[in-house]
Amino acid sequence: LAHGAGGKASRTLIEAVFVDAFRSPELQPLDDGATLDLGTGRLVLTTDAYVVSPLFFPGGDIGDLAVNGTVNDLAVCGARPMYLSAAFVLEEGFPIADLRRIAASMAAAAGRAGVRVVTGDTKVVQRGKADGCYVTTAGVGALERPITLGESQVRPGDAVIVSGPIGEHGITVMIARGDLDIEADLTSDTAPLHDAVAALLDAVPVRMMRDATRGGVATVLNEIARGAGVAVTVDERAVPVRPVVSGACELLGLDPLYVACEGRFVAVVDGDHAEAAVAALRRHPVGEGAAVVGSIEPGPPGMVLLNTAFGGTRIVDLLVGDPLPRIC
Amino acid sequence: MSGTGARRIRVRVEGLVQGVGFRPFVCGLAGAHGVSGFVGNDPGGVFIEAEGESARLEAFTAGLTAQAPPLALVERVSVEPVEPVGESDFRIVPSRRATGDGTWRAPGGDLLGGARAFSVGDLSVASVSPDAGTCAACLRESRDPGDRRYRYPFANCTGCGPRFTIVTGVPYDRCATTMADFEMCGACAREYGDPGDRRFHAQPVCCPACGPVLRALGADGRVEAGDPVETAARWLEAGRVVAIKGLGGYHLAVLAADGPAVAALRARKRRESRPFAVLAPDAAAARTLVHLDPAAERLLTGTRRPIVLAPRRGDAPVADAVAPGARDLGVMLPYTPLHHLLADRLAAPYVLTSGNLTDEPIAYRDEEALRRLAGVADGFLVHDRRIEAPADDSLVRVFRGRELVLRRSRGYAPAPVGVPWPFPRPVLACGAQLKNTFCVARGTQAFLSQHLGDLESHETLRCFAESVEHFCRLFGVRPAVVAHDLHPEYLSTAYARDREGVDLIGVQHHHAHVASCLAEHGHGGPVIGVAFDGLGLGEDGTLWGGEVLVADLVSYRRVAHLETVPMPGGAAAVRQPWRMAAAWLDRVHGDAPPCLPVAERHREQWPVVVRMARTGLNSPLTSSAGRLFDAVAAVAGVRDVISYEGQAAAELEARVDPGEQGAYPARLIEGEPLVIAAGDLVRAAAEDVAAGTDAGRIAARFHRGLAAAVVRAVRVVGEGTGLRTVALSGGVFQNTVLLEAVVSGLERERFQVLVHSRVPPGDGGIALGQAVVAAANDRR
Ligand SMILES: [Fe+3]
Ligand SMILES: [Mg+2]
Ligand SMILES: [Zn+2]
Ligand SMILES: [Zn+2]
Repeated sequence: LAHGAGGKASRTLIEAVFVDAFRSPELQPLDDGATLDLGTGRLVLTTDAYVVSPLFFPGGDIGDLAVNGTVNDLAVCGARPMYLSAAFVLEEGFPIADLRRIAASMAAAAGRAGVRVVTGDTKVVQRGKADGCYVTTAGVGALERPITLGESQVRPGDAVIVSGPIGEHGITVMIARGDLDIEADLTSDTAPLHDAVAALLDAVPVRMMRDATRGGVATVLNEIARGAGVAVTVDERAVPVRPVVSGACELLGLDPLYVACEGRFVAVVDGDHAEAAVAALRRHPVGEGAAVVGSIEPGPPGMVLLNTAFGGTRIVDLLVGDPLPRIC
Repeated sequence: MSGTGARRIRVRVEGLVQGVGFRPFVCGLAGAHGVSGFVGNDPGGVFIEAEGESARLEAFTAGLTAQAPPLALVERVSVEPVEPVGESDFRIVPSRRATGDGTWRAPGGDLLGGARAFSVGDLSVASVSPDAGTCAACLRESRDPGDRRYRYPFANCTGCGPRFTIVTGVPYDRCATTMADFEMCGACAREYGDPGDRRFHAQPVCCPACGPVLRALGADGRVEAGDPVETAARWLEAGRVVAIKGLGGYHLAVLAADGPAVAALRARKRRESRPFAVLAPDAAAARTLVHLDPAAERLLTGTRRPIVLAPRRGDAPVADAVAPGARDLGVMLPYTPLHHLLADRLAAPYVLTSGNLTDEPIAYRDEEALRRLAGVADGFLVHDRRIEAPADDSLVRVFRGRELVLRRSRGYAPAPVGVPWPFPRPVLACGAQLKNTFCVARGTQAFLSQHLGDLESHETLRCFAESVEHFCRLFGVRPAVVAHDLHPEYLSTAYARDREGVDLIGVQHHHAHVASCLAEHGHGGPVIGVAFDGLGLGEDGTLWGGEVLVADLVSYRRVAHLETVPMPGGAAAVRQPWRMAAAWLDRVHGDAPPCLPVAERHREQWPVVVRMARTGLNSPLTSSAGRLFDAVAAVAGVRDVISYEGQAAAELEARVDPGEQGAYPARLIEGEPLVIAAGDLVRAAAEDVAAGTDAGRIAARFHRGLAAAVVRAVRVVGEGTGLRTVALSGGVFQNTVLLEAVVSGLERERFQVLVHSRVPPGDGGIALGQAVVAAANDRR
């Protein structure tokens, strides 16, 4: 059960089962997509399964997520998103109206992202064997830029950028699900990131990017620190969080760094170009709240250190499963 | 001297025998009994060869234990006969170090005094002794204008002074301490070499001509002219915050009676309300601050010099901000000549608190301290003797005339805890997340580290990793077995899992608590273990903390526990005890809650928090006794939000009305395991609040009710198992009101009760429990 929370447990699951079973040079457990060299050019291929409860929430639904999520995975690999496939697993009795609504929002999202849904599949399972509707999308994008992105490119002195205020999707869904009677002016941040990413790539030397979905920004930062063998230091006060999100997090006892986003990404860029990177992002609506949140340091390798507002240094660790208090 | 009938023996002395004047003592003893031979240190302790008539040798050997110096702790003396060689004198020979081939050799490479090499496996390891407070003789000298150490802040002798905090390696010699930076002057060298002198082979010996120098530095780091102690005293009298470099790290000081200065210190240290300790110039001054019973006074004036928690006097001359909301006050006496000089000059108590920001470890390296404390301290009183190992002040209280250590650090660490069960292979136990200590163990000795602090902070984690290496070097331990908590996100667990080439053993938190109490008593179990604390991960994935176990060192069974409730908001429910009140009141009253002040005070968030508890959103389940105290503290209006760990429970304890004899009833719910219906206590407290009963009586009735419920649960377990011994552990048993009620209740039921004394009941003791559980499983 804990394996879905996006932290250490899912990583262990992925590494234990799939990496071992599929052994291929293109399969990197931590990357969002695989880069395939066809001889005539490079493609990026990615796939993601979407499960969310409730299916409809303020600011979007499972359809937006399924398109934007895959578009974003392609984008942060440096590719121009082009084609998607979509597969649906439906529970018997799932309302057709709801399915129409999901399909419509997928079409609209695809239009915004400039991609086409070119193939698909649908299966219906018995009542009780699924939770309404699951969507799986795969995406193909063209890697047109002569660049290499990834943790291997990350160097001490680089800057760490977050593309906008964090945690809005996760908190929105939690409030919608929890029947909590919280009145919050909050919608999911689900959005396609390809334009903002392209602008960033045009503007500055980028080392790597990753969209901060499950497990939030903290999980991405830990992946960077571990994958690159560096330390990531983050200034707590620099992390963009809207007051409504920090207020809800306070109430729910959550750390916004671990809350899921669906329209935010983390970029590591050449430290000398940090301001230019932020300026480039801010020209796009999805990057309006972009900020430099920290930097890459040589050590301690594998660690994410948060300089707190109180002047201390807290370790931001990878969550193993659902968060359990460590304090007593 | 080796006439007819002369015999020669080789003696090995193990225990705390280095850095305590043991070799000079052996010289003197040999002289007194007319015995020839030699004595020296090696990593295993002290080695001796002695030659003389049988009766003299016997008297000499007996004296090794019977007359040992005050700071020594002789654990074992083993004797074997060798061939007489016919020496005429008795001397101290150079220390021997370990060599790569597992034999011990002199530094020069030659085997000394005809002693043959023997293997490491034969040895337990010499102990590095804890730091000891200035002795009466050294104090007299520092106050004698005719003495060459008059007003010298660093005077020490074989009976007192820095040890663990300056030791860089073993064996204990000057070159293996940070005093290696200072070359002895002629006068000091003569004392050091004179068997008749108090400073014979006192490694940190020094004087104003050759030793460390005291300086006062302004906030800008510039040296102030004039006498540094006088300068610091004037700063304190002017209401400034002064950083003082002590034995185990930097402290921050203000005058205890100076309210605004104490408030400034709180603000700058970002420590809202956790009580500060106060240093009193002498025992008489301490008696004006707190009520001292004979046991407390013995602890206060002993060589370990801990902070002693004792009931505060109503007229104590300290500002309210020193210990707000507390019934007790932590008091200590000066433990270095420097602290004596300052206290004598001020003739008033001063607050002495570790030099850090809240939640960080104590600063002890000069550059780092000056950087971290810039903006906190207005001035610095510093010196140039390096601190090798940090050590906070230890904290103790008295329970039934015996010491109860709450924080085990300076003066206590790294004295080993002896256990009757040999560790089959060397063990490293990594401890818990908060109040971390770790433990390295080999032979029959467990070396529990000094208090390191909360591993959430990177500084503490780094200090943890460095200290583990330091201990392994000092005590010759190469861990083959590494024990850790079951909580996967404790950074101590992560550290354990990153060690390579070792066998990992996970030990459940509360089993480790109970085992730490068993280890302290050398009791192998099985016993009925009551482990009450804040939180620890249980094997079922819920958070435990109100547990009754049947346990031995190998395993345990959970036989009873407090009723389980959700913690709405997880860690937020720890910081905000009112959330636990919401969860508990919802449990006992459901949809018809009475209108209580606590719900009124949190009117806006209350319904959301209740819904979180019901839906389980970020609301892990817990059976914690600490969280139950939190709930009752909030219901009773004592504390809704905390700023330090255990605050609500401590304040509820402080409020207990000793005259109140009532107790809330709580049911036991039959089953496997048995459940203590703690909700009954919350319901009764809520009814009392609604009826207008005051918090002191509610606190008393709750403590007594909980204790009675625990005793009844133990009685049921005892009837089912036939076990008659109970071990009490976990941080909740720092609460001496609860402890007294539980112990006396169990004694009335004729149980034998084991309570902590030298090992903290809280998470600071857990590493010892992990170590013995790991060893017991390794032994199988
Ligand atoms: Fe504990
Ligand atoms: Mg993805
Ligand atoms: Zn002395
Ligand atoms: Zn000298």
